[in-house]
Amino acid sequence: MSDAELTTPFRQRAGSAMKDEFLQEALTIATTKFIGLRREAFAGFPEGEALRDRARAIKEATLQHLDRHLETLIANVERLGGHVHFATTPAEARSIVVDIARRTGARMAVKAKSMATEEIHLNEALEAAGVTPVETDLGEYIIQLAHERPSHIIAPAIHKTKGQVAELFTRELKRPAEPDPEALTRIARAELREKFLQADLGITGANFAVADTGTVVLVTNEGNGRMVTSLPRVHVAVMGVEKVVPSFTDLMVFLAILAKSATGQKLSVYTSLVQGPRRAGELEGPEEFHLVLLDGGRIAQIGGPLREALSCLRCGACLNVCPVYRQIGGHAYGYTYPGPIGILLTAMLEGAPAVRDLAHASSLCGACVDACPVRIDIPRMLIELRREVDDEKLAPWTERVAFALLTKLLQNPRLYRFAAKAGRVLQRPFARDGRISRLPLPFGEWTRTRDLPPVASRTFQERWASDKDLRA
Amino acid sequence: MTARRASLMVTCLGDLFFPEVGVSIVRLLRKLGVAVDVPADQTCCGLPLFNSGYRGDAAAVARRTVALFKESEYVVVPSGSCAWMVKHEYPGLMADTAVGPEARELAARTHELSQFLVRVLGATEFTAAVPGRVTYHDSCHLLRGLHESESPRMLLGKLRGAELVPLPGADECCGFGGSFAVRLPEVSSQILAKKLANVESTGAGCLVACDAGCLMQMNGGLKRAKSRVRALHLAELLDGGR
Repeated sequence: MSDAELTTPFRQRAGSAMKDEFLQEALTIATTKFIGLRREAFAGFPEGEALRDRARAIKEATLQHLDRHLETLIANVERLGGHVHFATTPAEARSIVVDIARRTGARMAVKAKSMATEEIHLNEALEAAGVTPVETDLGEYIIQLAHERPSHIIAPAIHKTKGQVAELFTRELKRPAEPDPEALTRIARAELREKFLQADLGITGANFAVADTGTVVLVTNEGNGRMVTSLPRVHVAVMGVEKVVPSFTDLMVFLAILAKSATGQKLSVYTSLVQGPRRAGELEGPEEFHLVLLDGGRIAQIGGPLREALSCLRCGACLNVCPVYRQIGGHAYGYTYPGPIGILLTAMLEGAPAVRDLAHASSLCGACVDACPVRIDIPRMLIELRREVDDEKLAPWTERVAFALLTKLLQNPRLYRFAAKAGRVLQRPFARDGRISRLPLPFGEWTRTRDLPPVASRTFQERWASDKDLRA
Repeated sequence: MTARRASLMVTCLGDLFFPEVGVSIVRLLRKLGVAVDVPADQTCCGLPLFNSGYRGDAAAVARRTVALFKESEYVVVPSGSCAWMVKHEYPGLMADTAVGPEARELAARTHELSQFLVRVLGATEFTAAVPGRVTYHDSCHLLRGLHESESPRMLLGKLRGAELVPLPGADECCGFGGSFAVRLPEVSSQILAKKLANVESTGAGCLVACDAGCLMQMNGGLKRAKSRVRALHLAELLDGGR
């Protein structure tokens, strides 16, 4: 999203999203489908609950000794002939990849789906360096053609209907396309086949990296990941430092729950295990392999309030069940990672001031915690972020005054009783037939779409104090 | 197990907007042989402050509540969210203070109404007749915070004359979320609209919930839409469906 769009307040961005009929249709269909698929997958998998606990425990234990596991990973990738780079910031990560592209004389890069490269805005940096990035995941391909950004962690084009994709293909690829998913996929496949053969550089993310074997693990459904890691001369994988897992035994625990949470599949169609560059006697694979380890604010949170968010597997389950995400989609959030977990990741990567408004984009319903494969307590951290926003005095002064007054009122029963009486007097012009349909701001935000019950003619405590029958 | 005495924590919304719910609870408990008291000077559990990130203020309000209910044998709360606040958040809020142990004790003695009736008193048969179809909405804090989906349904299922029909998407949020409802009113209202469309699809004349926040939100939407469906608290049905 551009800076210009971000200057629009969040509430307004959300409002526009809710007026977009195509988006509303696409969101409802897709999230409802994902919710059902996830539910079915776990219903037929009684060991799932215990595996979720185990996965969380592995993540916690790994964070406890992240330095050690990263050292092991680095040693093993290098032993296999790969190169490891460390990037503290997104800018560093971009320049590492751009330097590799320059040094190897790359003109075109094919990419597998990767949120880490979205996070560092890699495509723009490659283009500026004269390297053409080509997204090869179908959803990413669609949004690249549309010059947009992903609106969902695993389904980047979830906001588009098939009709819109057909129009996009017709316009951008200059060939007539019917709104039929199979036909559209055939068109994309034919276009991409050429690019795979031309590309010098293959860029991926990593769902996991196994420390004790130096293996980068890619979980995909379209087979494009395999093409990206095996056809070009050079393969660069970019991953957040928290993606390391100690061993293959640990990896199996995550693989057992990741696809079920994301798409309801038992396993994704492809689980690719990449171990360094092509070795002597091997027929395929890149000549060079690079692993870029990205910090970008993660390491500071190992001991910070957002630590739990470092366990995220990027499955997107919390987005699908979130009542807010389901109304507004991903773009309205305004940053790389949308949805409930996205608010936490945005705070982690951009700092708490970036989520001043987003921290409140949740009813705290907790559906995300139940859906999360590693049970991240997202509402708890959203409240923590709200607290930080309040403590730093980033919240509007009107709100801070209102809450200070509310606190006084709730600490003083006489003041509380007086407020009830005052409310009864003040509501008189607005109350009709036991309901209030219109009030001035700020209460008008409620009454625009909903009635409000009036303050009772006698509160319960007033009745208790005066009605002997009730007390008896 | 029979509780002899219980204190009603009426909650701010219950006190100000739904006093009849408190009256119903008093009558219900008394019929079951429980003596009810209402400690004076109640205000609010502090959840609105806590959820908006005003942790220190919430703790100050919570300390008052702990003192008010210090002598209570059991504390009964009509809203899942307020019960969750007391049970789940009070101990942490006051952990490092002198009232820490008292907060933990209060948490253990506090129960949401349907849980108190079914799981503490073992009372499941209510003969008050409520005619027609009723449907039940799971309040988020009661369902996911206190892990309760069975007790209210069991109570409603046994009500003579009432037919409990399942609500599609019963476990989905109604869009209330405290200050969320006025911070992002458009989003909150659209979530509500989808909830109410599901409610209307059941053909029920009565929508039941165990949280004053959800009831305020859902009733607000139903009345605005001039729906024939009424949103009522569980206690009102068990007490005769008024």
